[in-house]
Amino acid sequence: MDFPILSSIILLPSIGSLFLFFIKGSEGKSLQTIKYVALFVTITNFFISIYLWYLFDETSSNFQFIEDKEWLDGFINYKVGIDGISILFIILTTFITPLCVLSVNNSIKSRLKDFLIAILLMESLMIGVFCSLDLIIFYLFFEGGLIPMFLIIGIWGGERRVYSAFKFFLYTLFGSVLMLVAIIVIYLTYGTTDITKLYEIGINANFQNLLWLAFFSSFAVKTPMWPVHTWLPDAHVEAPTAGSVLLAAILLKMAGYGFIRFSIGLFPIASEFFTPLIYFLSLVAIIYTSFVALMQEDMKKLIAYSSVAHMGYVTLGIFTNTQQGLEGSIVQMISHGLVSAALFLSVGVLYDRTHSRLIKTYGGLVSVMPKYSILLMIFTLSALGLPGTSGFVGEFLILMGAFRDNFLVATIACFGVILGAAYMLWLYKRVIFGKLNNKDLLKIDDLNKSEILVLSIIALPTLFYGFYPEPLLNTVEVSVNNLIDTYNYNLVSFGANNG
Amino acid sequence: MDKLNFIYPEIFISLSIMFLLILGVFKKKSSNLIISLSVITLIGTLILIFGYPMNTNLDLFNGSYKIDYMSSYMKILTILSGIFVLITSSKFLKIYKLFNIEYPILILCSILGMMVMISSNDLIVFYIGLELQSLSLYVLAAFNRDQIKSSEAGLKYFVLSALSSGLLLYGCSLIYGFSGTTNFDQISILMNNDQYGLTFGIVFILVGLAFKISAVPFHMWAPDVYEGSPTSVTLFFAVAPKVAALTVIIRFLYVPFVNVIDQWQLIIIFLSIASMIFGAVAAIGQKNLKRLIAYSSIGHMGYALAGLCVGTNQGIQSSVLYISIYLVMNLGFFSCLFMLKRNNTYFENIDDLSGLSKNHPLISLSLMIILFSLAGIPPLAGFFAKFYIFKAVLDQSMYYLAIIGLLTTVIAAFYYLRIIKIMYFDLEKEKYDKDYNLGLKLTLTLSTTLILFYFIYPSKLLNIVSQINII
Repeated sequence: MDFPILSSIILLPSIGSLFLFFIKGSEGKSLQTIKYVALFVTITNFFISIYLWYLFDETSSNFQFIEDKEWLDGFINYKVGIDGISILFIILTTFITPLCVLSVNNSIKSRLKDFLIAILLMESLMIGVFCSLDLIIFYLFFEGGLIPMFLIIGIWGGERRVYSAFKFFLYTLFGSVLMLVAIIVIYLTYGTTDITKLYEIGINANFQNLLWLAFFSSFAVKTPMWPVHTWLPDAHVEAPTAGSVLLAAILLKMAGYGFIRFSIGLFPIASEFFTPLIYFLSLVAIIYTSFVALMQEDMKKLIAYSSVAHMGYVTLGIFTNTQQGLEGSIVQMISHGLVSAALFLSVGVLYDRTHSRLIKTYGGLVSVMPKYSILLMIFTLSALGLPGTSGFVGEFLILMGAFRDNFLVATIACFGVILGAAYMLWLYKRVIFGKLNNKDLLKIDDLNKSEILVLSIIALPTLFYGFYPEPLLNTVEVSVNNLIDTYNYNLVSFGANNG
Repeated sequence: MDKLNFIYPEIFISLSIMFLLILGVFKKKSSNLIISLSVITLIGTLILIFGYPMNTNLDLFNGSYKIDYMSSYMKILTILSGIFVLITSSKFLKIYKLFNIEYPILILCSILGMMVMISSNDLIVFYIGLELQSLSLYVLAAFNRDQIKSSEAGLKYFVLSALSSGLLLYGCSLIYGFSGTTNFDQISILMNNDQYGLTFGIVFILVGLAFKISAVPFHMWAPDVYEGSPTSVTLFFAVAPKVAALTVIIRFLYVPFVNVIDQWQLIIIFLSIASMIFGAVAAIGQKNLKRLIAYSSIGHMGYALAGLCVGTNQGIQSSVLYISIYLVMNLGFFSCLFMLKRNNTYFENIDDLSGLSKNHPLISLSLMIILFSLAGIPPLAGFFAKFYIFKAVLDQSMYYLAIIGLLTTVIAAFYYLRIIKIMYFDLEKEKYDKDYNLGLKLTLTLSTTLILFYFIYPSKLLNIVSQINII
């Protein structure tokens, strides 16, 4: 085994946070040092992950860069490895985190050091989730993320931060404990929690439904799916900008990734059995939360509800079990990661200037903030899935997959696209266009350099992958094909045994 | 009597107690000296225990005294907790003018009692050990005799504990009456399955033991005694007696009565579930940290009992591991309590922690880690403790127990989070004094480090514990 590149990507941010911990002082110069160290660590990590993508062999469906070390003697191994699906999420994580660090300049006023430590720890844990090839290791990373996120919302959040932090923590913990039971049961039945081995063994069809439900309870809360989505708007609204960005861009993707890796991968028969349930919940999420989003007066809340709707597309796409659907879901997750991050940052920009997130405060911003208006337009259009943006690619593929699987579901889902366009465009209209009635807005400045930098960095891939999604699709293609083949093979052999 | 060297630790500690008593009487103002000598005595006892191989398996005194891996391990735990109690509490005692020679000597006495309990393989020996530790604990609970709460705690503990000892003794006599022997090994041979007297005996003894570990419904004393006793005594209450009583439960259930597991399994399951639920729910409304930790320890005993009811070696091991990690977490938690001092008063309400993270970032960081670990959030040590328990439970297909247990961890997480919220999200108050002594700093650092980095190398403790084979 050569250089453990995955472990180093996981560990680097933690080591960085340890460094930050030992930097003394919280004034002027040391504050700058802290920021630079954090930025340096996250950017380095980004480049390592890009290098990883370069090394990654897209033609193989096997897990690559596998590290397998004994951890709990003869019981659990520390095993990490990536395939075409996980690498994209890793890059998304390492891409978004430096932007979070850059965005703290204005929004975080107190305890900057602690905040950056929490962000870096969060990065480690999130990358760990996407790398782990062992259920227990996965669970450790998955749940460990609760601690820093709880603190991020609770310490640096808005007025109702305590309520939101508690809601976030208890909801997700509640969802996950059942998954823990399922993981232990899997271990006791099959003697291993190694995912690759479990893929080979195949879980007994009689257990699958219960185990699937246990995993589902965790992922559904984290996705979040209707009706357990209510923690998300609260958490988003109260979290500081960087926290919302992390939450929307990456944390929600853990669940989508979990659905692909575990629900589809480990429990194909149960997944097929429960597909109608998922379809129903996804459609409710798409239609209902779009209507809810339409009526929001708080910008962050609106974007939060739009996240629920977008994740509805993702779950819909995953469970179509068609190549288009799955690839579309992955692209949609990546795209939503970028776009929601950008939207939250954009709201953060306004909030830093006026300390209001209410839509009615604004109007006519185009005359005072022209640069901002242009960038926000790109993200708004991408969020509603205009062709030429990454949002379109994802939604289009998902709907195509859905049409192949179930005509009715796909038709209903299409209405969601219209609703999505409605609330996003209406938001844009009310904030940017119209008459400038609020006199305070005349005083605010347009974007400063670092804000332009951050937002354009996100705008670039959004547009690039909108026009040319090939690199993303190529990376995931083989892995997705492999997943679907296994899935169908399982279904066929199950059908043969039972009839 | 050539095997006498195996009880050198007990002999040494008894002789030291007598010596220290005499020294304390003849030498004026010798508290400092005696407390140091007590620590040295405990360290010496530790060395003596390490003097013979851990995996000895011996019966002494006609099989009434057992030296095996579990007894050595549990003795080490007890003694270590004794050492840490002594080194963390000296400042606290000085400020409350409790710095008397009796304090360390009483702690030594109760540790001696616990060691006898841990090794006992006979009902009478076990009862003698139990009484020695209980009598010392009564006095310790009322140690701050000028304060009404402390006296009340001592009295309450004495009355209730005496009642439970009575029940326990009655159970012992029933078992003796129906089996004709008091020796654990022989009971299992002579026992006849369909004797109701024995079942009643088991129930009475379990009631007495459940009282000692404060399992629901025999928990009523715990919050009051925890709150009323001086904090250093509360710490001792929270760790050492539980280790000893748990060992006795293990030995009592799994040596003489392992074949009638269907008779007692349901009782333990009930105790476990009731403790988990009650510990989680009742702690939510608490305002006093010591009361809160009392309820939390009730809940934790529920988890430890869950490991015991499964009837396998694996279950026993998971319980032992749980109690070991629980001990570390409690030591850390109380060290933090000892640091909340301003103008010679110690603070023990949850509100006193308000905004602690601003003025004392390190203490609050440690306390946060400990609390998350108590709540069982991965990747901290507390998670692994619960993980092993639930693994053992699920291995016997007791799904409902595991699911109830895990759901109560979610409820319990709420009140731990509340403390964290108060420390981190609320406004700060006045600063606390920063004159911690070395022992306190050492204990806190050690426990926090252990909890935080346990996940890097979790096999070590598991390997040690997995050598405990009772069945």
